[in-house]
Amino acid sequence: MVGILEDKDRIFTNLYGFHDWGVEGAKQRGAWNATKDMLDLGRDWIINNVKASGLRGRGGAGFSTGLKWSFMPKEVKDRPHYLVINADESEPATCKDREIMRHDPHLLIEGALIASFAMQAHACYIYLRGEYVLERERMEAAVKQAYEAKLIGKDNVHGWDFDVYIHHGAGAYICGEETALLESLEGKKGQPRLKPPFPAGAGLYGCPTTVNNVESIAVVGTILRRGADWFASFGRPNNTGTKLMSLSGHVNTPCVVEEAMSIPLRQLIEDHGGGVRGGWSNLKAIIPGGASCPVITREQAETVLMDFDSMREMRSSLGTAGVTVMDQSTDIVKAIARISYFFKHESCGQCTPCREGTGWMWRVLERMAVGEADPSEIDLLLDVAGQVEGHTICALGDAAAWPVQGLIRHFRHEIEERIANYRSRRANFAGHAIAAE
Amino acid sequence: MPVAKVNGVETEFEPGMTVLQVAERAGQEIPRFCYHERLSIAGNCRMCLVEVKPGPPKPQASCALPAADGQEIFTDTPMVKKAREGVMEFLLINHPLDCPICDQGGECDLQDQSMGYGRDGSRYAENKRAVEEKHMGPTIKTFMTRCIQCTRCVRFITEVAGVPDIGMISRGEDAEITTYLEKSVASELSGNVNDLCPVGALTHRPWQYHYRPWELKKTETIDVMDALGSNIRADYRGSEVMRVLPRVNEGINEEWLSDKSRYVVDGLTARRLDRPWIRENGKLRAATWNEALDAVAAKLKAASADRIGVIAGDLQDAESMKATLDLFRALGSKNTDSRQDGAVLGYGPREGWLFNTGLEGIEKADAVLIVGVNPRVEAPLLNARLRKSWIKGGVEIAVIGEQADLTFDYAYLGAGSKTLAKLPKAATDLLNKAERPAIIVGSGALAGEGGAAVLNALGALAKKTGVVTDSWNGFNVLHHAAARVAGLDMGFVPAEGGLTVAEMLKPGALDVLFLLGADEVDPTGSNAFRVYLGSHGDRGAHGADVILPGAAYTEKSGIYVNTEGRVQLAERVVFPKGEAKEDWAIIRALSARVDQTLPYDTLEQLRAKLMGDHPTFGRIDYLPAPVSFDVASLGAKGDLGDTVFTSVVTDPYLSNPIARASATMAELSALRIAPVAMAAE
Repeated sequence: MVGILEDKDRIFTNLYGFHDWGVEGAKQRGAWNATKDMLDLGRDWIINNVKASGLRGRGGAGFSTGLKWSFMPKEVKDRPHYLVINADESEPATCKDREIMRHDPHLLIEGALIASFAMQAHACYIYLRGEYVLERERMEAAVKQAYEAKLIGKDNVHGWDFDVYIHHGAGAYICGEETALLESLEGKKGQPRLKPPFPAGAGLYGCPTTVNNVESIAVVGTILRRGADWFASFGRPNNTGTKLMSLSGHVNTPCVVEEAMSIPLRQLIEDHGGGVRGGWSNLKAIIPGGASCPVITREQAETVLMDFDSMREMRSSLGTAGVTVMDQSTDIVKAIARISYFFKHESCGQCTPCREGTGWMWRVLERMAVGEADPSEIDLLLDVAGQVEGHTICALGDAAAWPVQGLIRHFRHEIEERIANYRSRRANFAGHAIAAE
Repeated sequence: MPVAKVNGVETEFEPGMTVLQVAERAGQEIPRFCYHERLSIAGNCRMCLVEVKPGPPKPQASCALPAADGQEIFTDTPMVKKAREGVMEFLLINHPLDCPICDQGGECDLQDQSMGYGRDGSRYAENKRAVEEKHMGPTIKTFMTRCIQCTRCVRFITEVAGVPDIGMISRGEDAEITTYLEKSVASELSGNVNDLCPVGALTHRPWQYHYRPWELKKTETIDVMDALGSNIRADYRGSEVMRVLPRVNEGINEEWLSDKSRYVVDGLTARRLDRPWIRENGKLRAATWNEALDAVAAKLKAASADRIGVIAGDLQDAESMKATLDLFRALGSKNTDSRQDGAVLGYGPREGWLFNTGLEGIEKADAVLIVGVNPRVEAPLLNARLRKSWIKGGVEIAVIGEQADLTFDYAYLGAGSKTLAKLPKAATDLLNKAERPAIIVGSGALAGEGGAAVLNALGALAKKTGVVTDSWNGFNVLHHAAARVAGLDMGFVPAEGGLTVAEMLKPGALDVLFLLGADEVDPTGSNAFRVYLGSHGDRGAHGADVILPGAAYTEKSGIYVNTEGRVQLAERVVFPKGEAKEDWAIIRALSARVDQTLPYDTLEQLRAKLMGDHPTFGRIDYLPAPVSFDVASLGAKGDLGDTVFTSVVTDPYLSNPIARASATMAELSALRIAPVAMAAE
């Protein structure tokens, strides 16, 4: 068998777009089936079931989705509630949400209705990444179908007035941060807000808001239809369910695949990625969850499972499960330097450590990539990364620091060799005679 | 009250306070750059990091974190120390090391805090970032390479000044503070951003490279550029006032200052009268004090009492006005007036010409009717308060008069007396419905022939709509001249049968016209023998027959009463220029020569007389307690006519002799009249 998850247990049955993405096709695959019955069971039933399923946020942080929903005020007072769906999928190596929006948009819309009902929101905003043009067109078409079929909108068949608005971002990575996303949605410059207050207290336009990842919302309908126990039966405790995983880099068949949580990383790569280019022994390092997660080595990759806790034991993170595989041909220092450049480029510039620290780290790494550095700078770099991590308003500072920390943790010897090589070719370093002296 | 522990010491605090405030209450200094208690919280500099329990195992920005009961706050742990060092290092890596030539040097937050919380050396080996200089107008000099992106300037200009001219563009390390297409900042409060800037990125353009802060001596005094009496600190070097900065006074200027009050100082050294002059054969010649005083005394003695008169100017201190008033009364003259703008105020109860709610109290008002005044021009800091109140919500504002951009929304009722004669129902409803309604009226409505009738109509309206009740007095007169309230308080108005300003200036009305610093009237029509006592060679001095050089407001100790009726004492910062003397001493010397020697030889005796005659002057620094009065008795019933209320201050930057002598004010004025065209237009 290939992988762990059987076809009958897949939530995203049109992940590859082989079937009709439209409302009729979706209905045949199960979407919009018994949605009204689920709503009739009440919001507590929905939230309790989502909690019981063990669904953890699929956007990277892995916070319990049901718990997040329960933070919303129990009653709607003077301010309306909002659901905001974060479809600003910009993390390098992460490409799962786009498959949902392109090929199974109705699962997302149905999930949005259920989630909004559970949180007593009548409006949902989907904030789409700027570069996702086709996805926006597909989503808009799907929303139109849903309106026409009276599945959503005013006086719909489900008895809960509900509107969906698609908002197209302008292509800033930082707008994937939930409060920066809200700022951007309000028409302001995309800069993260200070927390507290948290969005559940004062979010979009100052109203109670929950921001969820696309995948977290899209799986809700199926979870409720098939039961929380069914969903919880996959993966290890506290890491349950199925998850879309993307494989890219030096694998033979890059792909996005739905798999059970806690599948061994090696099995994921061998079964779905067709193995590492040149065989497992040619593997050098893996970034398991998108560019911000620290790299792990081949030795770690042998045993690690694709779930939150196992990855944490390896001092990395599952993130979005966007796995980047790097074989021995990879210049790992240069690769991390490039990731560092990405974070330097995407830093919003609001708070000091990230604004100043990302550029510093990138510049030092660029020099290290050619060896033009001092060995003492490795510790300096580690210290600078530590000064950025945990000192910023949002998590972008952490995201910029982690890859650097991972690099030094596992590949310090490579940097040192690189520096030594660089120096051995030049006469003007300590230990070498200099003509003028 | 909830209690938190700061470094183990229990500290009580009020609910809603932030961790930073609680730590300060416990006596712990928290370094900060972006936090400012009068601006919104940005939390972006990350300098104020502290450790908090319970909480995540990482340092928290104390400026933005609400304090909680039972919280433990640590400001001196290794984690906090390391976090501060880290942030400081980040701030410094791209900050130029040009402190020796930086105007902020010596009073720079970054300098001070890097000494207190930074490392001893730099570990940054890359090239520093350079940022292009920006143009932000005549008051703000920029060195944007020094900017640490704290956004205090952005928040001040947007929130307090109400002109969203400054903003941050780009992102990451390319983020820059700029104005839109290098537009000048169109705010009368722009200079405050230079004070707020914690580094040398924004500095005072007019004073660029003029001084180092440690060379200056500081005197706390009072500003006279408008009638608010803003509290200032004048810094001087040698005999020159180098700069003026605001002092904190919650009741008046909070900690802001208008550009006019701040940058007018260069006018103190230009066009000064520094010796007496006498006109002989149509030409002025330099004279001695004896010659000049004798010449004036001879004319005063020769003229009959009803043919002499005096007009007091807008910047006069109370003492010189008192001495002058005493002298002219002793000479038997009834022709004394201090109201150059011709407003019909000064009779009846004192409340009739005061800003009765107080400047701070106007924030309590829930409905404000502004009549015949543009507060943004005549009293910028009052305007900022109105804006503050409007942002907070719960106040509705309506305007009769000039339809100007006041930085807040208001209902525009009409242009002048016609509107007042037939007030729309919306306006009376506005005041009627309000719990604490207020009227703000300025000279624009009270000057001219219909002034008394307008005042009367407003008084009637105030009475009818509950603006003045037993427990609330919302009748506010907003003056524009610093000397006005003191003049009215001491009765510097025509005595029974005396001539007003306009009447005194008519040809043939007088034999001797004495101008006590009066520069806002045109005396050329009068063919009287003209004496000018003042500090600047301005309108009053032009064509004067004798010029007596006096002291400007920074050169004498004097009492000023602001528009609220608050008596404040200004201090002498430097000595008068050249042979010039303090104004009251000149009047005292003159009195001896006309055989009416005034009964005081020192300033203290003069003040004792002033306070004895008019007890209100004795309550220095106190805001008069709100008193209800018969507001309907103000002015005189009459035809309101059809006049358009226009502010008497047509150009705030050229509204007094000191401002007219200032190059900076000229620049600001030019910009106000014709904003520089931009390339993109």
